[in-house]
Formats: sequence, C-alpha cells, structure tokens
Amino acid sequence: MLSVTHLTLQDVHHILDLAADLEAEPVLSRAQRLLKRRVALLFYESSTRTRTSFELAAKSLGADTVLVSALSSSIEKGESLKDTGITLRALGAECIILRHPSSGAPYLLAQATQLPILNAGDGIHEHPSQALLDLRTILTRRLGAKQAQSATAQTLAGLTITIVGDIFHSRVARSNALLLPRLGARVVLCGPEPLLPESAAAIGPNLVIDRNLDRALAQSDVVMMLRIQKERLSGLRLDLEDYIARYQLDAARLAAHAPKALVLHPGPMIRGLELTSEVADGPQSAVAEQVHHGLAIRMALLARALEATKTSTNKTKATVKTVKKSTRR
Amino acid sequence: MTAFLIRGGRLIDPARNIDTAQDVFLRDGRVAAVEVPGKLDALATQEHAEIIAAKGLVVAPGLVDIHVHLREPGQGYKETIATGTAAAAAGGFTSVCAMPNTIPVNDSVETTRWMQEPERGAVARVFPIAAATRGSMGEAITEYGSLKSAGAVAVSDDGKPILQDVVMHQVLAAAARAGLPVIQHAEDTRQTQGASMNAGALAFRLGLRGMAAEAESTIVERDIQLLAGLHDSRAHLHVAHLSTAKALDAVRRARRNGLHVTCEVAPHHFALTEEAVGDYDTHAKMSPPLRLQADRAALTEGLLDGTVDAIATDHAPHAIHEKEQEFERAPNGILGLETALGLSLLLLQQKHSMPLSRVISLLSAQPAQVLHLTGRGTLAVGSFADLVLFDPAEMWMYRAAESKSKSRNTPFDGWTLPGRVHLTISEGRIVHDARVRAKR
Repeated sequence: MLSVTHLTLQDVHHILDLAADLEAEPVLSRAQRLLKRRVALLFYESSTRTRTSFELAAKSLGADTVLVSALSSSIEKGESLKDTGITLRALGAECIILRHPSSGAPYLLAQATQLPILNAGDGIHEHPSQALLDLRTILTRRLGAKQAQSATAQTLAGLTITIVGDIFHSRVARSNALLLPRLGARVVLCGPEPLLPESAAAIGPNLVIDRNLDRALAQSDVVMMLRIQKERLSGLRLDLEDYIARYQLDAARLAAHAPKALVLHPGPMIRGLELTSEVADGPQSAVAEQVHHGLAIRMALLARALEATKTSTNKTKATVKTVKKSTRR
Repeated sequence: MTAFLIRGGRLIDPARNIDTAQDVFLRDGRVAAVEVPGKLDALATQEHAEIIAAKGLVVAPGLVDIHVHLREPGQGYKETIATGTAAAAAGGFTSVCAMPNTIPVNDSVETTRWMQEPERGAVARVFPIAAATRGSMGEAITEYGSLKSAGAVAVSDDGKPILQDVVMHQVLAAAARAGLPVIQHAEDTRQTQGASMNAGALAFRLGLRGMAAEAESTIVERDIQLLAGLHDSRAHLHVAHLSTAKALDAVRRARRNGLHVTCEVAPHHFALTEEAVGDYDTHAKMSPPLRLQADRAALTEGLLDGTVDAIATDHAPHAIHEKEQEFERAPNGILGLETALGLSLLLLQQKHSMPLSRVISLLSAQPAQVLHLTGRGTLAVGSFADLVLFDPAEMWMYRAAESKSKSRNTPFDGWTLPGRVHLTISEGRIVHDARVRAKR
C-alpha cells in the first residue's frame, strides 16, 4: 500500500470491514491471525502515533515486530534504502512498514524487495493509513459504527470536508484530498499561498481552494487542522502572528462559523498555533478517536498485506517462488 | 587501408543541400571526392580502396553533438572518454562537445588539452567546452584566449548557471572578444531549491518540489538583455537544452531583433513529458526537467520552423547505484548518444513529416555551425572523413544492457526506433560497424 490512489472503492470497503471485524474479534483469536509472522518497521523519521499504532496493531495480530530507525542502524553509516530493504527481507521480514523523508521512497523499497510495503508517510507525498483512519472516524461519527464500513461513490455525498493549514508539506492532506472525493465528499483546501499553491486543486476531482477560513468553516461538516511543518519549510519565511490571526481555529471562530462541525487533527498538534486547547479538547474534537481508529485500520492493513500470502499453502508458496525466479531472468 | 569508397548510397549533405545518389571517396581522413554513382570505381581500384556497399542506406555527415558529459577527468566510474565516444559512434556521432563539469572542473588549458590527448582512447573527435568561470563558481572568469588556443570551442558553466548579472556580462563580453560562444544552462537556482521535476499539479500530487518554467525563461530573458546591451556583433549566446515554450519565445523574439542567440533541444524534451516520472522513475529525472505537453509541442514546432538550431543530447551517464535512490536524491540526467538519431527520426520525420535532410541537418550541419566546427557536419570535398551510414526505415530495439556507455540510465530501454546505424567512420577510421548483423 503505497498510495490511496492504488485502492479501489472495493478495497476501501474491504479494509473498513476488516477493521471492524478485527476490532470485534476476541483478543486471543485475533492473535492467531499473523502468529509469528515477521513485520519490520523501518523509520527514517521520528513518529509517536504511527509507529506505536502500527507496532501495536502487528502485535495484537500475533506478529513479531522489529523496529529499525535511521539513527541506531547502518543507515547512519550510509547504507542505501535498497540494501536496508534487502537485509530486512533476508532476515525474514515479510512486510515492511516504511516512514521516510523522501517522497516516493516506498516505491523504491517495494521494487527492491518485492515485499508488501505499507507506506507510513513518505516525504510530503502520502500517508495512506492516516486518510483511511480519518475516513473511519468521519463515518463512525456521521453514520454510526454499524454503517462505518460503507465505501461507495455516494458514501460521503453532500459532505464538505475542509483541510486547513500547511497543505503543501502535508502528506496527510494529499492522501485525504485524493481519497475523500472519491467517496463523494467535497473537499475544501484552506491556507495561505506559500503553503497552498493553486496547483493543489488540480490533483483530483471535487477539490476547491478557499483561502478564507471563516468562509470555509461556514461550509464545513468536518474540519481537519494541520500542523505547520517547520522541519520542511526549507527557507520559506512565514509570519506566524499573521498565520495565527488568519488560520488558527479557536473556540470563537468555531462557534461562530461551524458549531456542528467535527474537528480532526492528524497530530502532532501544536496547541496555540493551528488550534487552541479549547478546540482540541472541546466536544467537537475527535482527535483521540482518530488515534483509536488508527489501530483498527492498521490491523486491517497488516492482515490484508500478509494474509494474502499466508493462505497460500507451501505448495503455492513454492510456485510463487518459481514465478519470481523466472521473472528475474 | 587509408582509402574508402562509399558506393551506391543515398548521399544527404544538408550543408550543401544535396540529397541524391552519389558515391563518396575518402582518403587520409578527408573526403577526397564526391561523384555520381560509378564514376569513382576506377579511382578506387587504382588506390586499392576498401569498397563499402551503401545500397539502400543513407550516407550522411557524421553526427555532431554539442552537449555531452564524458565524465573524465574524475568520474570514470560513470563514463570515460573512451566509452562515451564509443557510445557516440554507435549512435552515429563523430564529433562531441564535452561539458566542463568534470572533477576537477575543466577551467584550464591543461585539462582542455588532456581531454584531447590520444591516450584517452576517443573514437570520435572530442571538442572540450571550457568553464566560463573558475571552478564554475560563477565568480572569476577564466582565460578564454588560451583556452581557445588549447582547443576549447565554447565556454559554459553547464549545470551551474551564471546567475550574477555582472559576471554574465563579463563572460559575454570576454567571450565575444575571444570569438567563443557562451553556452548557458538557463536555470534560476534561487527558484529551484530542492526541486526535482517540473512544477505543477503532478509535482504537487507526487509530493515533489517543482521547477517552474519561469526559472528557465527569466534567465534566458536576462541573458538576452545583457547580450543586447553589449552592442557587440561578435557576441554569441547559445541556450543549452531549452525546455519550455516561454524560453523558446524569448529566443524567437531576440532573433527577430537581430541578436546572435542560438539554442538546442534535447531529444527527451520532444519525446517525453513530465508524465514519464510515473512512480518516481529516476530515469525521468533530469535538469531541466521533462515538461508539459504544451512545452513539448512548442519545442517540436520550434524544431520544425527553424527556431531551434540544433538537437543536442545532454548525454549524462550515472552509475546504477546513483539512480537507484530516492527520487529527490538521485542525480539529474540520462544517456542520449545512442538514441538521438532514432528518436529524432521517430518523432520529427515520421510523426511530423520533417524532411530527412532537415533531421540530419539538426544533428550535424547546424550544431557544427553553432560552435564553428570547421570541416564537420558536411561531406564537402576537403572536409573530415566523418560519416554515418544508416537505414532510416529499419526498425531496431534499443537495449540499455547492450549500450556502449558505461552507464545504463535511460528511459528509452526497450524502445523500438527507426534508423539503425550500420557504420560510423570518424576521420577515415571505422569506429562502429554493425553491418554484419544486417547481412544475416
């Protein structure tokens, strides 16, 4: 799973369905699903939520996990992504969860290892599992837990979802902007020019830009706030005072323009910058729920990545190997 | 054997407006005679010349590439002068102009001479292009007079544009005095920091920082202004690997105003668009980047209407491990020498009905003229015995694995192209011979 654009709506439905099943499954039976399967977490960037969430998801399905991070491995000595991937595969990894500062890095790893790769965020490109957990959060809140498995072109029809802030540097924004409109949502992108170039609206259907937060809020059923990614600004100067004045979501603004909207944030939040504590901890906030849904979604993604190969008996495994060999020739 | 008779072929020599059945006699590295078919047979017998059967083939001047990176000195693991010129010969090229971004940068008489020494094992003539500024740092200009005497045919800081107006002004003025063209890699690097493909919606979707067309066109416009301000008719600006409609328009306007501005276009820019980046294919990463369909169409139009002076490959070899990296980390550039003729025939002759002699002109006579390579790019009597024999209709498949280059970085691997090269002769020596396969 490298990009949400690789998922059909049927895939999305399947993932949501599986997430619900796994969440409901008794702990001991669930732990048989991927018993002793080997999952590697390869993290070139720091992470709290995503890493822990993927790790707990893998463990609750019974898998063995190993964490490799850039600073405590041979990556520091200059080993390439390709060689790191090949090494992990040789150690028995059957699936690699990759977080990497370069957009597109998971494509390279997938090509080099031929293993299922779960993109846990690549540069400023995508963060597909985040978009799926955001979708599950929205569906659960809007349609109730029982309907949260629906994924058709109409599922989010009539819903306006606004993504606010540093869209340019946000892989979460890209994955959501590429996924949600396919389920019928209208997505509004809101932010200042340097953080939201005009070309952003051209990446898919049902995307519009509105640079005025109050106006955008007034249309919104869901508001997704983003952090300003200081580590990726690379020379871009931003007047934070001005940014806060124009784009911070505070209680007054929310009450005035979107009193019923659901507030999301992929984290990490910088309270006092893109949103205030009142909003983050307020009744409209679903931030903690997002994290909770992340676990179920990531269990589903791991099961989907690994069960496809597990169901194959030794015999079919052998044929898979011969096919691989013959394509290599 | 020092004499050859190229017999029975269709001679296309655009410099002299010739496209007809003629035989060519080569002696001691020069074209000795060009006559109607059969008329040179007696001379050939008399001089025991080797007869080269050219029936069904086009006989054209050896192709001239005014923009290649041969990587020597300093980066022999990517390419050497020997392997780079072998790739040139395989592609029908007999003259190549080598950019100075070697290690060290070719900003000296010593390096310029070293590159031309027979010990380098070149099988095509190498014309060094010297650095316009010391170390290509864009500050102190180099010694143009002595560099020219040592064999440099132009000055350029290719890969590193000359950004400072004052410096570019000095470069244009000094080069004009020395009688050297200035080749500019037009890219305002202040606008392209961290960028790795064309700017726009696709770059945004892929999460890659983009290079805007304006980063190219503003430098071209600035250079044209500086050139106009010189009021020196000897001053000559040549725009390297022009890639955008905007920059092409600037060149067109400058020419209309009587300025000596020329430009080249690389085959990949009229063959591909940014879509080729696909799933982060580093073989579609180069600078300037692949652009939009509108740019590609404008470049094709410029080639057809004569605004573009030359096709140049920007042949830029990189080792496998360098290209097998994260897209943003991989170096810019692709191979070009072996596919230039085929791509030009496919996209200009076959797709846009450009006359064959025009395609050949853009690959030989015109680039030779841009850099004043006397005796190259033509088969007039007295010129160098540089020629290529190819069948413009014969389809062949380009396989990167079989490339004569040391590197494999090409987006055209597996492409079927017209115009298989049968034979390349450089200064009277057979340097590429693929006739055996043809006979089978």
